[in-house]
Amino acid sequence: MNIYADNAATTRMSRAAIDAMLPYLETEYGNPSSLHGVGQRAKEALEAARADIAAVINCTPKEIFFTSGGSESDNQAIMTAAERGRRAGKMHIVSDKIEHHAVLETLKKLKKQGFEITLLPVGQNGIVDASDVEKALRDDTCLCTVMYANNEIGTVQPVERIGAICRERGVIFHTDAVQAVGHIPVDVQACGADMLSASAHKFHGPKGVGFLYVKRGIKPERLIEGGSQERGCRAGTENVAGVVSMAAALKESAAHMKENGERLTVLRDRLIKGLSAIPHSALNGDAVKRLPSNVNFCFEGIEGESLLLLLDDKGVCASSGSACTSGSLDPSHVLLAIGRVHDVAHGSLRLTLGEDADEAQIDYIIGATAEVVSYLRGFSPVWRDLCAGKKQFIL
Amino acid sequence: MALYSEKVMDHFRNPRNVGVIEDADGVGEVGNAKCGDIMKMYLKIDDDTITDVKFETFGCGSAIASSSMATELIKGQPVSDALKLTNKAVAEALDGLPDYKMHCSVLAEEAIKNALDDYYSKNPDKRKE
Ligand SMILES: Cc1ncc(COP(=O)(O)O)c(C=O)c1O
Ligand SMILES: [Zn+2]
Repeated sequence: MNIYADNAATTRMSRAAIDAMLPYLETEYGNPSSLHGVGQRAKEALEAARADIAAVINCTPKEIFFTSGGSESDNQAIMTAAERGRRAGKMHIVSDKIEHHAVLETLKKLKKQGFEITLLPVGQNGIVDASDVEKALRDDTCLCTVMYANNEIGTVQPVERIGAICRERGVIFHTDAVQAVGHIPVDVQACGADMLSASAHKFHGPKGVGFLYVKRGIKPERLIEGGSQERGCRAGTENVAGVVSMAAALKESAAHMKENGERLTVLRDRLIKGLSAIPHSALNGDAVKRLPSNVNFCFEGIEGESLLLLLDDKGVCASSGSACTSGSLDPSHVLLAIGRVHDVAHGSLRLTLGEDADEAQIDYIIGATAEVVSYLRGFSPVWRDLCAGKKQFIL
Repeated sequence: MALYSEKVMDHFRNPRNVGVIEDADGVGEVGNAKCGDIMKMYLKIDDDTITDVKFETFGCGSAIASSSMATELIKGQPVSDALKLTNKAVAEALDGLPDYKMHCSVLAEEAIKNALDDYYSKNPDKRKE
């Protein structure tokens, strides 16, 4: 069996997304800034895509800015608020410990420039407490950035409450909704976001294209200097084929979101139940407030990369937050933030289901995982010490 | 390009000399759970020769393959040769490791040295120099 269960890393492009893009590679290849027909047709397609995307997240087309993906959107959103803050003498930013590196690294850069950054903790369930946000906001806070849903453990954050708090306090609120858009309902009015990041390849669109929603009244900071594309806020000839394809992918995801979400939730819970039966294992992140596709477990006594490679041999594509998969010596900052100690965090497995998942696949994954975990424990010195009572079981 | 060479994958999928030697003459354990790889080596030594070796590893593909290869390289060899085994030799025998995985092969070298230290501390008369 071949099962791609790494949809949080990236997704397969939908047929609709591929079909939508082809004309803009083959015949409608004009530059949207050109005045001739083929250029203007590209321009029209670009603006139609903008309107389609705006309709899905409930904003006006002028509030959508195309980017090269989630990372750029996050960078641009944060730099936009930071530059406004710098000009107003407000140099404090509130965020949290489980953000994506696109956010954390941008904040690190700002810290070096003199900004003060408050990274809020999360509970053991991987959720930010909105009242912590309320307490952290100050008169000199220029931005609060909290992700919509986490990419590793899938926890959905209380963005509506955080958005309301920020609005009341007059603080700009940005949310990295890269894992949420196209999967769970995202409405920028309802969540009170002033800025919101999304990336096409997470919802069956192409890689290297995304968008940033910026509420009317806020001018996005230009990160790329050059021509006056994207109303002067993002230079560079537009990725027309990519943008058109992204809009097609998003429309399709939105149209099937409800049924897919309900079906995936059932499958997700079946998978959680099956993996919970493996001794000394634990689900990471809240069991309910999580994306319909996300399952993340720690298995005590084994290391995640070897688990992943052996699952790959069995046809299951997954990912892990172990140090040896990240290239650093530390396991995932998200798992550490929810209180998993190093030993346990190294043995993590993330399975993120695609819409084509079914019960047979789930049962296969459960069987394959149980088999590999037990095989690896069979020659793990850590497991031996745990069983011999030389070390205390944590899970 | 795959993450690992065919050789690494072979030793990872079919690790040689996995297990425990209950009456080992030397046992070494290195690494810690913090960095993500832990290796334990068991040696049986007779007449200054490593007659048997087994390992247990908690770790990534590279750590498991390095342990396996290291045991192959020293099994049946004189202790003096095992003492000279370097992580570079282990990595080379595996047709190379990604740069950021070299530290996993260091553990294999250290585990063997650690086990030999244990052997010498139990048998001080065997120490040559
Ligand atoms: C939460 C989150 N933010 C940002 C990104 C970065 O998106 P992209 O790969 O499109 O730059 C990702 C994807 O890995 C993500 O999961
Ligand atoms: Zn390793």
